[in-house]
Amino acid sequence: MSSTIEQDQAQNRSLWGDVWSQFRTHRGALIGMVVFGIILFGVTFGPFIWTKDPFFLDIRAKNTNAMTSCFFTGSQIWQCFSDPTSIKYFDPNAEVLDRLKVSWSFPLGTDQIGRDILAQLMQGGRVSVAVGMTAMLLSLIVGTLIGVLAGYFRRVDGLLMRFTDLFLALPILPLLLVIIMLFRDTLRNAFGPETGIFLLIVFIIGMTSWMQTARIVRGDVLALKEREFILAANSIGTPARRVIGRHIMPNILSPIMVSATLGIATAIITESSLSFLGLGFPSDFPTWGRLLFDGTSYIGQSPARVIWPGLAISLTVLSVNFIGDGLRDALDPRIRGR
Amino acid sequence: MKMKHLITGALGAAVLSTTAFGAAHEAQGRDGNANIIYWQAASILNPYLSGGTKDVDASSMILEPLAGYDENGNMVTKLVDEIPTVGNGGVSADLTTITWKLSEGLLWSDGSAVTSADVVFTANYCMDETGGCQQLIKFGGVESVVAVDDLTVLITFDGPKPFPYGPFVGSTTPVLQAAQFANCMGAAAPTCTEQNFGPIGTGPFIVTEFRANDTITLAANENYRDPSKPAFATITFKGGGSADAAARSVLETGEFDYAWNLQLAPEILADMEAKGLGTLHSAFGPLVERLMINLTNPSADLGDERSTVAHPHPFMTDIAVRQALSMAVDRPLLVEIGYGKAGKVTCNVLPSPAIYDSPNNAGCEVQDIAGANALLDSAGWEMGSDGVRAKDGVRLSILYQTSTNAVRQDFQALIKQWWSEIGVETELKNIDAAVFFGGDQSSPDTFQKLFADLEMYANNFDGTDPEAYMGSWACSEIPSPENAWLGQNMPRFCDPAYDALLAEMGGTADIEERARLAIAMNDMLMQTYTIIPLVHRGNVVASANTLEGVLLNVWDTDLWNIADWSRSE
Repeated sequence: MSSTIEQDQAQNRSLWGDVWSQFRTHRGALIGMVVFGIILFGVTFGPFIWTKDPFFLDIRAKNTNAMTSCFFTGSQIWQCFSDPTSIKYFDPNAEVLDRLKVSWSFPLGTDQIGRDILAQLMQGGRVSVAVGMTAMLLSLIVGTLIGVLAGYFRRVDGLLMRFTDLFLALPILPLLLVIIMLFRDTLRNAFGPETGIFLLIVFIIGMTSWMQTARIVRGDVLALKEREFILAANSIGTPARRVIGRHIMPNILSPIMVSATLGIATAIITESSLSFLGLGFPSDFPTWGRLLFDGTSYIGQSPARVIWPGLAISLTVLSVNFIGDGLRDALDPRIRGR
Repeated sequence: MKMKHLITGALGAAVLSTTAFGAAHEAQGRDGNANIIYWQAASILNPYLSGGTKDVDASSMILEPLAGYDENGNMVTKLVDEIPTVGNGGVSADLTTITWKLSEGLLWSDGSAVTSADVVFTANYCMDETGGCQQLIKFGGVESVVAVDDLTVLITFDGPKPFPYGPFVGSTTPVLQAAQFANCMGAAAPTCTEQNFGPIGTGPFIVTEFRANDTITLAANENYRDPSKPAFATITFKGGGSADAAARSVLETGEFDYAWNLQLAPEILADMEAKGLGTLHSAFGPLVERLMINLTNPSADLGDERSTVAHPHPFMTDIAVRQALSMAVDRPLLVEIGYGKAGKVTCNVLPSPAIYDSPNNAGCEVQDIAGANALLDSAGWEMGSDGVRAKDGVRLSILYQTSTNAVRQDFQALIKQWWSEIGVETELKNIDAAVFFGGDQSSPDTFQKLFADLEMYANNFDGTDPEAYMGSWACSEIPSPENAWLGQNMPRFCDPAYDALLAEMGGTADIEERARLAIAMNDMLMQTYTIIPLVHRGNVVASANTLEGVLLNVWDTDLWNIADWSRSE
């Protein structure tokens, strides 16, 4: 530890360099970042490597099992992996139950109408992660703006905070259902079914998750406002927007970053629960939540169909949470270096 | 059919043996509680105010018609001793009147006597023009309903009525108690919450608690006409959830004794049944999964006039397009994926009873993508660079809606792929079943409004006579803002020749002749490709192995014989 500090001191130190050196010491955050990186890479570039069309129905290959089911074939395990098509049935007399249909053309299997799960998972990940990122950005901007304004300008504080309370009191899921029913058609006509719903969902999730950020930011701004360096800035006549931009924003970066990471997770989960309820995107448009929803009916036949999208959602949310945890430690100057 | 007969035979024998031996000794309510799950929850217990199967089925445990249908489609008596026919003098020789004679000593569940006044009241209740009665079509052609004496009702029609068993036959038109509903006539009907949620009936059960869209608790009716029935003291009628969860709760966990309408992939059901807790029953009635083509323009730009006859559809009015859509569908594959043994390929919207099944439309079972492409080519729809055909700037882009249901979504995905092969772009939309079939005036997503280019669902009729069912596609049955979006003519099909055939059927008594007319009407709908039939569906239900007496009935409600249900040892 001490050697790292000395080394750092020897070089030119920057804020982000310090943050990174602290962040590196948080093992969970590092692992989280690697996992999240892999997921991002997978959903962004995966479809260029695995070029199967996620929308194509290969009806003859329906209900193919994932290659992982080879692990349960006992003595045939090696044969199953090397030549999966040779093991079609364990017991030709059994009708439905003991059929093992695996193929390397569908490493994660297919659904009940022959769509490739791996391709769907990557396509669905694009949507889910894009929804998470965009909704997070939106909620971050709104939350920070309202939080800073409320904290810095006393006159609007009461008004803005009551406004925040109002939004906090809204039950999100019923609100989502009503909004989707009211605006789906309008947006669909304006932007097409997929983009329309994407905008709608991003907007709704963003608009219903900025409140925590706003409250945290306001609290920090209130405390910072009374500090000597702000007082000094004010006393030499620095205009408010400069004080906010130059002195306040860098100091509230820590809570903003943390709520940003947590926001991604919440947004992905909200989108998943909407898809799980059968709302949101059209039924043939894969998202992780939709895949999970469709898979639940087949949980008995092929558990893999639920496990993969479920794992993708859990891993993304978990890794993002760890990154957020690490960032909080790294961005806090009082913890940093200890 | 074969499976149905097997089940019918086996269970029929079981019922006969228990009832024959039990009647003398066994008391009402000896078998405790039975749990029934309907994954669409009942929202009202008055079938005159709801067309939903779930509501009609739930109310059939409490309210009874004069007569109903058994599992083979034969009429059985409920509140009368004998079915009136021309032979026994109950139906007049000129076919204009029918006389029903109530059984003696019948009591309502509150202990008062059932009289002909109740029947007359119910008829007036439904025929009140301001009441919005959903079963009005059953009273079609009724001129008057009068009480001859305390137990005799005379129904007079405005002309010869060859099939006079519309009103008060089948669970959609039960008899209401006049005393209870006296203040609920006309416009007041929907406001009578207490009556609509807890009707007093003659059926085997009475309502003890009604939670709308959730659970109904029922107890045996002490005044039921057969003192040894029902065998169950209480019934818990749970609503909501999904078909999948409902099937599991009967077949895998055994929490429930009976689950209704299990539209699930065949391999899932087979796996569940293999657990050994329950049994699947299926039977074929007239239920057909079909595509209803919207012949009117559903564009949102038209505001209040969207999907009304004022604006014809930009391309669905071209028969070549409709025919191509039908030709591109591989029906045997749909049956295999979605229904297995519980489905059959059909080329008719009226495939059952057998004498009404038209032989003139065979050939639809063969998918013909090349033919469909050639047809569209010759009709001038040219393939664009994006793979979508267009003519005069109109692209073949379709919004295809249905209810949320795993099998229906699979169908949507398959059909979308086939249509993409003939240059038709499809957007899929699925709507929660409670909303889609709910008939809520304020929702834009109901199947009557059809704010889409086509929609898919299944429908059937109760009883064995298709006249009222075929009447659904008369001009007068088109849903529109003027009639509060009621009516079942979803395609907005209107052809005077069709209405003429319907009128002719209304005046024809001979069964062969009626069959010819029904087939002609069916052919008219099929050959204009206004309705595209996909699968002739069997009704599939599950019952626990300990539940005896279940006889799946496709002609009346599922719960038609719930009084005979019992618990095996």
